[in-house]
Amino acid sequence: MRNYFIDLLTKEAKSNNKIMLMVGDLGFSVVENFKEKYPKQFINAGVAEQNMTGMAAGLASEKFHVFTYSIANFNTFRCSEQIRNDIDYHNYNVTVVSVGGGLSYGALGYSHHAIQDYALMRSFPNMTIYAPGTRSEIANCMKQIFKSKSPAYLRLGKTLPKNLKKPNQPHDHAPGKWTKILECKNRESRKCILTTGAVIDDAVKMQKKEEFSNYHIYSLPIWGMKYKTLQAQQINKWDEIVTLEDHLEDGGFGSYILECNSSIQKVGETKIKLKSLNKNVCNTVGDQDNLKEHFKFAH
Amino acid sequence: MNINSSVLLSKYIKAYTLKMVSKAKASHIGGGLSISDILAVLYNNILYFDSQKPLLDNRDRFILSKGHCCAALYATLALKNFFTMRDLNSFAQFGSNFMSHASHKVKGVEFSTGSLGHGLPYAVGKAVAAKSRNKKWEVFVLLSDGELNEGSNWEATLFASHHNLNNLTIIVDYNKLQSLTTVEKTIKIEPLKDKFEAFGCYVSEVNGHDHEELKNSLSKTNKKNSPKVIIAHTVKGKGVSFMENRIEWHYKSPDEDQLKMALNEIGVML
Repeated sequence: MRNYFIDLLTKEAKSNNKIMLMVGDLGFSVVENFKEKYPKQFINAGVAEQNMTGMAAGLASEKFHVFTYSIANFNTFRCSEQIRNDIDYHNYNVTVVSVGGGLSYGALGYSHHAIQDYALMRSFPNMTIYAPGTRSEIANCMKQIFKSKSPAYLRLGKTLPKNLKKPNQPHDHAPGKWTKILECKNRESRKCILTTGAVIDDAVKMQKKEEFSNYHIYSLPIWGMKYKTLQAQQINKWDEIVTLEDHLEDGGFGSYILECNSSIQKVGETKIKLKSLNKNVCNTVGDQDNLKEHFKFAH
Repeated sequence: MNINSSVLLSKYIKAYTLKMVSKAKASHIGGGLSISDILAVLYNNILYFDSQKPLLDNRDRFILSKGHCCAALYATLALKNFFTMRDLNSFAQFGSNFMSHASHKVKGVEFSTGSLGHGLPYAVGKAVAAKSRNKKWEVFVLLSDGELNEGSNWEATLFASHHNLNNLTIIVDYNKLQSLTTVEKTIKIEPLKDKFEAFGCYVSEVNGHDHEELKNSLSKTNKKNSPKVIIAHTVKGKGVSFMENRIEWHYKSPDEDQLKMALNEIGVML
């Protein structure tokens, strides 16, 4: 995912000299090409995320579109007040790019488990969350980010889905809009699994089980506080929605959908169930797949 | 108002700051008075700006990192015609843009501050932007001494020095008092000059109330190939005898009688 992201950013930088990529001394074997091609649009801020984020605000105030790149938690939680006050409050054009979303770096321990980042980033009024799950979603998220003039959080997982043969996706993912990923056999079914981020494979596996064979798969890759009002109509279409996210339940994506549901005038009763990571994952290390299996994620 | 003397300007800044803080029953008059001379010299003699075009591309950028002392900045901007003196009446009132920590919603204020340790990284970002665009404008940022407890300042100083950002001037309002007690008793920052020099900065120490010393040190011609740091030795509550070096004036606001006494000492009756 990160390689595709950097390819798209490098292409954009060719025609847009306002792009500025800042890294927190991370990105080995990812950012080198960008740095070589556009050295004046690349800054290694060192291991200093507070300063990197504050500087990003300063650069954005002078009309740069800044991307702050690091492993999730480092460029989010470590500098959360800089994101809150310096970027979001001033509505600056800064995109926080986190790699290792969810349990991508599961073996590296709790410091590298990015499982509370949605809770933090969705609490900022001007922030849009971009959590792509497929190659097409990455491309469309980047397209929206390049058009946007507001704060953004791009959360990248480790790998693209392997179990999705023919994703049924439009070329444009408008912010706040759900995207059909995979229909179930019963086209008339009014049940769906709604994902965000790099959990499409998990949703496909879920759908293969008898219990969820009657559920379509949809994703919502672009969301945030600004798009809550767009959810009512989409939620109302369904009898049942199961949200799926590689994040803790509290403050996460499922919570977001529940909040949206609670504030709408209901046409019918939509049952919403949340599937997220077990909190005990905080005290366990291991490969992402092993951790998910061990804690029965998406079961 | 047209005031072309920094000394006279500083008196008016102090007077209006006192009046605003008193009316709003707001805090931080001590720090407001300790930076008034610095603001007067900056806005009268150093910064390039056009108050009718606050976002003029080639303006110098000034960032007040110690945002709690914004009343003095608002007063300075009003005295330099960014807006009217009457606008200051809404300071800290319901619905006003003139909130009691620096607000970018006020004309001439570059950046909202209030939580300490944010102004310098932001200023460094602006300095990088100017360098990368080959712009001649400069960046000035005013920090408090207690603010230097925040690690983000040292991250930013390392970066600014590494990248030879000689278009950046860091001014430290060194009034030696923090929120509860002295800087010395809170977290020692001495030897401060040595610290900034060790970080690769070009450092000078001045009397932060002596306008000639301030003008010389702040002058754009006075620079090396590194960020400039000016340690301005100041007095918290400067100019009002019963406020000077008194910790309580970090919080208290003067009542009507105290305001009259203070204005009398400043020598400006409003």
